[in-house]
Amino acid sequence: MRGQVEIANVSRRGFLAGAGAGAFVLAVGLPRRGLAQEEPPKGFGRDAMPNGWRDDPTLFVSIAPDGAVTLTCTRAEMGQGVRTSIAMVLADELEADWAHVRVAQANGDEEKYGNQDTDGSRSLRHFFMPMRRAGAAARTMLEQAAAKSWGVPAGEVRARNHLLVHQPSGRTMGFGQAAGAAAALPVPDRETVRLKQPGEFRYIGSDAIGLVDNQDITTGKAIYGIDVRLEGMLYAVIARPPVFGGKVASHDAAAAMKVPGVVKVVVIDPPPIPSEFEPLGGVAVIARNTWAAMQGREALKATWDDGPNASYDSDAYRAQLEEAARKPGKLVREQGTVEKAFPGAAKRVEAEYYIPHLAQAPLEPPAAAARITNGKCEAWACTQAPQVTRLRLAKRLGLKPEDVTVHVTLLGGGFGRKSKPDYVLEAGILSQAMGGAPVKVTWTRDDDLHHGYYHTVSVERLEAGLDAKGKPVAWLHRTAAPTIGSIFAPDPKHELPFELGMGLTNLVLDVPNIRMENPEAPAHVRIGWYRSVSNIPHAFATQSFIAELAHAVGRDPKDYLLEVIGPARLVDPTELGDVWNYGEDPKLYPIDAGRLRKVVEVAAEGIGWGRQVPKGHGLGIAAHYSFVSYVAVAAEVAVGPDGSLSIPRVDIAVDCGPQVNPDRVRSQMEGAVVMGAGQAVSAAISFKQGRAQQDNFDTYLIPRIDSAPRDIRVHLVAPPRPDLPLGGVGEPGLPPVTPAIVNAVFAATGKRIRQLPIAGQLAT
Amino acid sequence: MATLIVNGQERRYDGDPDMPLLWYLRDEAGLTGTKFGCGQALCGACTVHVDGVATFACVTPLSAVEGAKVTTIEGLSPDGGHPVQAAWRNLNVSQCGYCQAGQIMQAAALLAGTPDPTDEQIDSAMTGNLCRCGTYPRIRAAIKQAARGGRRAEGGQP
Repeated sequence: MRGQVEIANVSRRGFLAGAGAGAFVLAVGLPRRGLAQEEPPKGFGRDAMPNGWRDDPTLFVSIAPDGAVTLTCTRAEMGQGVRTSIAMVLADELEADWAHVRVAQANGDEEKYGNQDTDGSRSLRHFFMPMRRAGAAARTMLEQAAAKSWGVPAGEVRARNHLLVHQPSGRTMGFGQAAGAAAALPVPDRETVRLKQPGEFRYIGSDAIGLVDNQDITTGKAIYGIDVRLEGMLYAVIARPPVFGGKVASHDAAAAMKVPGVVKVVVIDPPPIPSEFEPLGGVAVIARNTWAAMQGREALKATWDDGPNASYDSDAYRAQLEEAARKPGKLVREQGTVEKAFPGAAKRVEAEYYIPHLAQAPLEPPAAAARITNGKCEAWACTQAPQVTRLRLAKRLGLKPEDVTVHVTLLGGGFGRKSKPDYVLEAGILSQAMGGAPVKVTWTRDDDLHHGYYHTVSVERLEAGLDAKGKPVAWLHRTAAPTIGSIFAPDPKHELPFELGMGLTNLVLDVPNIRMENPEAPAHVRIGWYRSVSNIPHAFATQSFIAELAHAVGRDPKDYLLEVIGPARLVDPTELGDVWNYGEDPKLYPIDAGRLRKVVEVAAEGIGWGRQVPKGHGLGIAAHYSFVSYVAVAAEVAVGPDGSLSIPRVDIAVDCGPQVNPDRVRSQMEGAVVMGAGQAVSAAISFKQGRAQQDNFDTYLIPRIDSAPRDIRVHLVAPPRPDLPLGGVGEPGLPPVTPAIVNAVFAATGKRIRQLPIAGQLAT
Repeated sequence: MATLIVNGQERRYDGDPDMPLLWYLRDEAGLTGTKFGCGQALCGACTVHVDGVATFACVTPLSAVEGAKVTTIEGLSPDGGHPVQAAWRNLNVSQCGYCQAGQIMQAAALLAGTPDPTDEQIDSAMTGNLCRCGTYPRIRAAIKQAARGGRRAEGGQP
């Protein structure tokens, strides 16, 4: 039937159909038993996340009588490969045969599943161990069930590749045969459940597993938020206030209503400020298809009250940030006394860097569908934050959270944009306005670029005092950038600890006197998370500046970088002044300068650091610690006589701790290199009169196949010890890419780029 | 009344002849494999074949495909076994996957006319297809794999 959304591998229909047919015997909803279900204590990492984590196997593992295994992924898939990687972990501990594994996608329900907020490069870092225990517990239950049916000691039965084997006799039983009895057993204690030894892993750490969504993606069957189709569904586009904080002054729907297919024009109220995740308001045109809705919006006559940000101009704002950065600001980190060290320095170097707003611009723009039936709302959305979406939808629609269901589709890219559910709320509001009829809201590309949650804009000012040998003895860094906190609090002027902890307050420097300040920076647009967030400006400034210092004293940039990082040592981030540490326990996750040094060496060796390069070419290097992982990038650029820039080669070295899915680590690094190249070369969002000046991919310029770095080599660096905890993967590749490219441009041309993007600055 | 043949099936539509093929395919024909990314022929997510030629469906009005044969990603092969699709799976090209239908359609059209493309030919054919995840190195590799060995039996997913 048309009304049944076909979402490949998405759970609801599968579970209902399966449950109805009696297929899922290790089913969701069994009484909670055993230690595995107790609320974990608050603390660091996964324990500190809203709703924590779960490792109850009945939530994540279902086995049908025919042996088909369904593993539930609770995290959103946006290209990082989490549906594959989480399933690899579960299947490995389960001893499942991958050929009999499918993956279902969980709805937003954190009380049931634990935290589902898919951001912060946390999915495997936080869920590797809970998923291992869940898989191992299910395996143990199967072994116990088989032992019971054979009347043998449980210790004599081992699961092997979808079979339960009685080791002394060689008798076997399939998973499907044992599943019914296994489901009736208590869940084993998480403290004693037998986990595999790493040498026993079949899938974890292996490249042998293809993406679970490969077939659907390559045949056009994969369903994203924008693809959802419901019976009787209406299609909406929305004219939103062109300036953040503005509202509809007047509108005339008559011409829009004349467009064939247009059904209704609906005004959405503007949000209170701070607007958090609320929609921007505006005038929605609801139609029988997307094209009619778009035509209706074209015909719509609307005028706007632009509100307090009507004069926001990013050039003028840059000057304001520069002025702020040239004066003392709020102290956020101090070691030694820079005031005393500067006067005695043999040399002083200063530089100011500008990093513009960026848009995440996922290729699938925001889109969502919703319907309300008998007081219950169902939404389908490409969302990174299904639980937040559920709670916000409930509040906005005046429903109880338990009466709101959020189905998570695939995401056609997220990069932080889809952590904010404003677009899903729009669908809910419009469905409510249409008496509960299903409505899909589609954002066009200009909607996406004009009404985003933009990456912050910043001026980073650095000043160093060098001793007679050229070594820094004093280091002053001022960062001025509007904070993400501005979407949640009225007019905050300073960055939050988590923003400062992205490469500023946790920066490892072998420098005795350090002062870091955060001057005021009010926000005039919605500021939001963008892949790797404040690491982007901090790493760009810091890694550019270190290369500038190397040049100032005539040193090799790589050697100088290593010297500034200092000797291999473990650093407690709290002692530097970073109270956040990506939410992780500083004892478990100290900053390891040795690991940072190692990736620098590997990237440099990869690109052949120090080699003779052709005329017009140059090599650059940068390194950055973020999301508790270590990444270095060495780039080769080629600058033509006309200033044209190409990037023939990039080597990226990553130590992200133990790797679950090395191929997806590689792909994330490859993607980070391409995205970082765009930030270096061409991408920027600017504002005039409060309005974003970029409309589409002809003005918001991101790499294409012919402009992207050509030869990208990923070096996976093993952690110093295999038992170290996992680091992040999705984001940490990005921060060092842009400064490495800019440093290479300097090597090629002698031109120091301090303002991003490079575009236009190399023309002669 | 527009008449066109989509994936071998004749279809008639009596709505707005200015409606882009993209929205007809997605909203009217229910073929959502063809994606919307820009609406202005800037990203290639909507690439389909019109009489064998790679075409951006987002700027192609229905009136321009009257009587034409349109092939979408759903119709490229009966079972996903086209050499380009197979190479895409072999090399795990996709990240989010959203642009990949358009990439695959563009690559299939390239190989149909240029069985063994050079890097420059790949650049030239594929430059209209954006990938925000940055899968370009694997797209290039997959095109070469499809050109080289793709006509052998599908390697399949490991």
